[in-house]
Amino acid sequence: MRGYSAWALLRGGLGGHRHWSPAWRTPEPARHYDVVIVGGGGHGLASAYYLAKHHKVRVAVLEKAWLGGGNTGRNTTIVRSNYRLPALQGLLEHSLKLWEGLSDELNYNVMFSQRGALFLGHSDSDMTRLAERGDALRCAGIDAELMSREAVAKLVPLLDMSDRARFPIAGGMIQRRGGTARHDAVAWGYARAADALGVDIIQHCEVTGFDIAGGRVTGVQTSRGAIGADRVGIVVAGNSGHVAGLAGLRLPVESQLLQAFVTEPVKPMIDTVIMSQSVHCYISQSDKGEIVLGGDPDQYPTYSQRGEPMRIEEVAGQAIGLVPALSKLRMLRCWAGTTDMTCDGAPIIDETPVANLHINGGWCYGGFKATCGSGWVFADQLATGRVHDLARPFSLGRFAAGAMQDEAAVGPMPQAR
Amino acid sequence: MFLIDCPHCGPRAQAEFVFERPVETIFSVDTPTAELVEKLYTRTNPRGVSAELWRHARGCRAWLRIDRHTVTHVIIAVALWNPAP
Repeated sequence: MRGYSAWALLRGGLGGHRHWSPAWRTPEPARHYDVVIVGGGGHGLASAYYLAKHHKVRVAVLEKAWLGGGNTGRNTTIVRSNYRLPALQGLLEHSLKLWEGLSDELNYNVMFSQRGALFLGHSDSDMTRLAERGDALRCAGIDAELMSREAVAKLVPLLDMSDRARFPIAGGMIQRRGGTARHDAVAWGYARAADALGVDIIQHCEVTGFDIAGGRVTGVQTSRGAIGADRVGIVVAGNSGHVAGLAGLRLPVESQLLQAFVTEPVKPMIDTVIMSQSVHCYISQSDKGEIVLGGDPDQYPTYSQRGEPMRIEEVAGQAIGLVPALSKLRMLRCWAGTTDMTCDGAPIIDETPVANLHINGGWCYGGFKATCGSGWVFADQLATGRVHDLARPFSLGRFAAGAMQDEAAVGPMPQAR
Repeated sequence: MFLIDCPHCGPRAQAEFVFERPVETIFSVDTPTAELVEKLYTRTNPRGVSAELWRHARGCRAWLRIDRHTVTHVIIAVALWNPAP
């Protein structure tokens, strides 16, 4: 792999930019691998990269379409680790630490920008809850800072701080180390680095079945023939229910839609990530200048990747209520991703009842921020056959055991998240 | 967004309705624990036709069984919910 650097760019420019080569190979699938990963999104590619780097095993990533074409390319790119439950803190803080060194690690600029992740509080009770979460975070060694109403107004001057505001602002809590990253670059960076370590990335190769003998998986059937494997990892969040179904499994997952929206690009107006304790709307500005908006899922099962118009109205209304200046902007695009909504809102990282068949999914609408940490722990699991300590709370068996990781504390229905 | 043909109210916008749960997850109070956990916490989650319980929350408030395709959103059947079919 040719390293990317300012010097290489300059030297290539002098030669008329004829030095560029494909960032990864397009290999034919081999007949057998130590590990086959189903799904070429951020999590699958990160898993493959850490597997090849730390465990020196022969890995293939099978992707039915193109790399990062699912939820990796459809999210609102927010990265943070300020969760309340210790299990989520552990996994996401590990992930955030990996994010902090990721561009250097991969020799690929993932444009990770620690511009801060701000949660607004709209009432005394919101502020009490934010303070409680902030205390818990600081006890766990994760940065959190409670902000007064005045400090919030100074950080985001365009917020409606008037006494007639639709969502009155009492203050906030910020994680300064949070921020955004370039989502496509994460998939491409992991793919390029994994390929350089010998991982076979095979696109347009859909898994159509699993070879199971005596309760153990021995390989996969694909649109490009059979491929044998000692271990198989399913990393297809959004389609976990469907793919696990090919192995005869039922998961605590409903596939639902989450939409995102961008406005036309404008000059810098919001230089942090705005979220809220009470309003489910999040606002940030991309490097291109577009305002990126997200909101609630569509709250019924669907794989269609087409969102409901009424959600656009709801999110736009909330965003304009928080930042009235947004009412002047035109909406440029909207799109939807199919998410695995689980019965407690937390992911699933475990070995399935089929031996050697592992699954990493159920990321609900919060998977992007976890990409690095999820890949790290899943690589360890696929190499050793044992679930990593950080992933153990996210077992399939937690529902029967009553050990749910319910961050939102809203009970067992997937659409209630 | 789609239209749902409510047996009481006729075709109405989906926005008036609330998805409740897949029919397969409905259980009675005397269900044995193991089966109850299975019903409450697992889903077939088909990429295809799904039988679902919806509610006309902003209309007549009737509970409806809707058979619906989860990719195309084509509705195959709508009927008033009958808990003992």
